[in-house]
Amino acid sequence: MIGTRSAVEVAAASSLEVAGLVVDLPGPAGRLRVVDEVSFDIPPATTVGLIGESGSGKTMTANAVIGLLPEGATLGGELRWRNEDLLQVPAARRRRLRGHEIAMIFQDPLAALNPTQTVGRQVGEILRRAGRPSGEVRRRVLELFEQAGIPDPAGRLGNYPHQFSGGMRQRVMIALALAGSPALLLADEPTTALDVTVQARILRLLRDIQQDEGLAMLLVSHDLRVVAHVAHQVVVMYAGRVAERGPTAAVLSKPAHPYTRALVDSVPAVRTRTALAHPLPGTPATPANRPPGCAFHPRCPVARERCRTEQPAVREVSPGRWTACHFAEELVG
Amino acid sequence: MLQVRDLQVGFGRSRKRFVAVDGVSLDVGSNETVGLVGESGSGKTTVARAIVGLVRPDSGEVLFDGEPLGSIGRRPASLQRAVQMVFQDPRSSLNPRMTVAAIVDEAWRTHPEAAPPGDRIAALHELLGDVGLDASVARHRAGELSGGQCQRVSIARALAVRPRLLVCDEAVSALDVSVQAQILRLLVDLQRRHHLSMLFISHDLGVVHQIADRIAVMRRGVLVEEGPATEVLGAPQHEYTRSLLDAALELNDNTTSGGNG
Repeated sequence: MIGTRSAVEVAAASSLEVAGLVVDLPGPAGRLRVVDEVSFDIPPATTVGLIGESGSGKTMTANAVIGLLPEGATLGGELRWRNEDLLQVPAARRRRLRGHEIAMIFQDPLAALNPTQTVGRQVGEILRRAGRPSGEVRRRVLELFEQAGIPDPAGRLGNYPHQFSGGMRQRVMIALALAGSPALLLADEPTTALDVTVQARILRLLRDIQQDEGLAMLLVSHDLRVVAHVAHQVVVMYAGRVAERGPTAAVLSKPAHPYTRALVDSVPAVRTRTALAHPLPGTPATPANRPPGCAFHPRCPVARERCRTEQPAVREVSPGRWTACHFAEELVG
Repeated sequence: MLQVRDLQVGFGRSRKRFVAVDGVSLDVGSNETVGLVGESGSGKTTVARAIVGLVRPDSGEVLFDGEPLGSIGRRPASLQRAVQMVFQDPRSSLNPRMTVAAIVDEAWRTHPEAAPPGDRIAALHELLGDVGLDASVARHRAGELSGGQCQRVSIARALAVRPRLLVCDEAVSALDVSVQAQILRLLVDLQRRHHLSMLFISHDLGVVHQIADRIAVMRRGVLVEEGPATEVLGAPQHEYTRSLLDAALELNDNTTSGGNG
């Protein structure tokens, strides 16, 4: 378990550095670059939101970190976790890290949990495998259930996943992810399938856990509001590449990429009436169908000749703010 | 124009019968957009299905211009045509192997009185233009199209029979964020141009607030609050509406307070 004091120690040591990450997948028309030179850091005790639409590569990036990529995938670049390059370590070491130092929660807990095992057994699995005595395992599982906000933990240990509501199932998934005392938590669309009231509670839980345990967290979402609510920093992806990254508040209040600008404009307010946004034309570019130059240029309201031919590098426009737009200065002012 | 009166819909056998919609009354006027919101299990989709005639109510009635709509098999053709539905998942609501031309043609064959009297190809191209699709899309099979294009085809299919009321059930929820905005704008434009009424069902309060004149809030089969959009979401009266609003995330709350405000 990571207490407050050790959280500080862990925090000092831990950080994920994604540097020039490349993921190629085999496809019908040859290899497809689904993640193209993606770089960002997750500083200790920090939540990074990874935002994008379908085909943006956000889920592939998270899957590359945890090491769950489809058959035939090849990787390039670096994934440095606590001074180890995850792409270079032996498979056994990788498996050992998964669950212990790096854990993941998924959008659909019903698919991620084993339907034939009680939730108590599944959450305790990693502890049992570590050779902990059964009494201790049970105590720890009860503690994890409590931490995940599952009412009546003792009464629910013997239940199966189907006996839980969607929100409670996601809490089981969170308890399971925490069982190995991870230092990095990956969450892929953890609230997308949930109702708004349940979503709000699960997000609050994730935020509390992240802070209490001093975790580094990567939150993958298509929903800007979710990221705005939870993440300290945000990485915006488009067609497998980073469009923009930086501190969440700064990026969302003053986007340095026209794509981010369009995403922000498309989010309606709830309590007040906002006018319909001027939508971007066309559909999101995908790795299979990536335009030359800046991949966003066919949809971009400010695109010029240069954007059609020259792929913009991701560059720092102001301290901590990175963007892949040739004309970012005009946007930020 | 549309009147739903004391609608009751249940599922299952008599003793274990689950009441999905319990006494819902709702009006949609001419050229009006009514938003129907609620969480999963609230019964909002069942209300939509009862309106288009896909489920038979236990009691209560659905009237269109004062005439009972009845369930779909017994519904007069003119009324069947007047009320069209756009579903959440455009990919599963279109036959992926049919061409776009065949999908629209099928609608015209079902309702010959709405079919164009003259050149069908020209009419098809006009219809596709109306929903923002290139005429060349007509030759494509639905399975080859993107999610946004599929939803435009679904809307074209609904418009083909010249409806007066469009029932949209989570019509933008499955789409990418940047495509959602396109479809919303399209729906609003079409509504103005074709003088449509719209029942817009969604779990997304922000989206509903943008396009609805009035909003009805459902919870567990019951309509708990109904009124002008700005009042229901600006100054909610019912505790449940307030809890929905409390839970809804705003983008701007957090851009000022940072990640952990």
